[in-house]
Amino acid sequence: MDRIPILKMGEFLLVTIQVDMQDRVALRLQDDLTERIAAVSAKGVLLDISALEMVDSFIGRMIANIAGMARVLDAETVVTGMQPAVAITLVELGLTLNGVRTALNVERGMALLRSLLQEPPAMPGEQEGSGDADDGAGW
Amino acid sequence: MDSRSTSRLPSLVEKHRSEILDAWLADQQASAALRFTLMPDAAWRAQSRDLLAAIADDMQQGDMSNPNASAWQPTRALLAEISVKRAEAGFTPSETATFVLSLKQALFGVLRRAVPDLDRLMDELWSATTLIDKFALYTTEASLAAREQVIARQQEDMLELSTPVVKLWEGILALPMIGTLDSARTQVVMESLLQRIVETGADVAIIDITGVPTVDTLVAQHLIKTVTAARLMGAECIISGVRPPIAATIVHLGVDLSGIATKATLADAFRLALRLTGRMVSQGSLRNGT
Repeated sequence: MDRIPILKMGEFLLVTIQVDMQDRVALRLQDDLTERIAAVSAKGVLLDISALEMVDSFIGRMIANIAGMARVLDAETVVTGMQPAVAITLVELGLTLNGVRTALNVERGMALLRSLLQEPPAMPGEQEGSGDADDGAGW
Repeated sequence: MDSRSTSRLPSLVEKHRSEILDAWLADQQASAALRFTLMPDAAWRAQSRDLLAAIADDMQQGDMSNPNASAWQPTRALLAEISVKRAEAGFTPSETATFVLSLKQALFGVLRRAVPDLDRLMDELWSATTLIDKFALYTTEASLAAREQVIARQQEDMLELSTPVVKLWEGILALPMIGTLDSARTQVVMESLLQRIVETGADVAIIDITGVPTVDTLVAQHLIKTVTAARLMGAECIISGVRPPIAATIVHLGVDLSGIATKATLADAFRLALRLTGRMVSQGSLRNGT
């Protein structure tokens, strides 16, 4: 059975999905990844889905779940390289991946992860970028 | 009833063709409803002659009661051509239909003289009037179809024209939206914006809705979808050009745009975009000669 490799890069885990996401592959990835995060106490996870051409509701939910679980395990998660068609599908499915950070490509995703780890983590309920009224709500 | 075998109309029309044409043209000239001046005299004459010729020819083999039969194909093609030509010349569809209907008077005159028996005459009149009515209806349909084609083409053009994605700065895209947003257009807009984000690797996209006349819940929904999709790809979206009435509408409708940065003008949005990408604009002193 196909298995998606999880690479460790310093404090981060790097997952690039290069094959068609079968339902079982996705379930296995979810188990593997959560195990690895706990085992190496990773601070960040980068999930690159640039090779994913299409998603169905199950895979969309899996991506959301994987990202959500990683966050619960205290690893910042960045999903990178989402294709336009995939983004449209996820929005139409109502899976807006709230709370998951996104970046255009792996390089920017890495930069984002690094900058996230340098910042002191925001306390729950505290507004990010507070104090500046002009700082857009969307940031 | 089989009108082909009994009707004398085909042979009569063939025999009195020039007579009918003259009477028809005279009728048309006398009729004010036809706006005879809109087209040159020769064109009228040619159109009337061609139409009568086509009808007379097709009548010889065509089934009188069924104008949709293949035997009437040349007449139908000519009618379609005439209605398009007349529409271009500025005639209304009803005027074109009246033009075809005006053939009746000339045709009936010939019938009345040639068929003395009253019952027989009624039958002939009925089949002739049914036929010409159908032709008149056909011209209306043809001009409507031509119009529909023009509308469909213009809609496509508008769809193409109305979704330019422009690059404002390195990593900043702008999408000035013009016209009413419906589902089909939003889909095109969304796709082209997301595609450009991938191509240019933009961090920020500004959707400017200055040119959108009204924003209802559906439009707001479309906007939110577009912004969310862009965010999923890792680009931040700013909505700009929100006019005061639109802001009021959005609040009255209870649309929640709280998760989306909105600005009143494109300039404000651009300033925010520059800041989000870590740039700043500073005012330098003006130098002469540059």
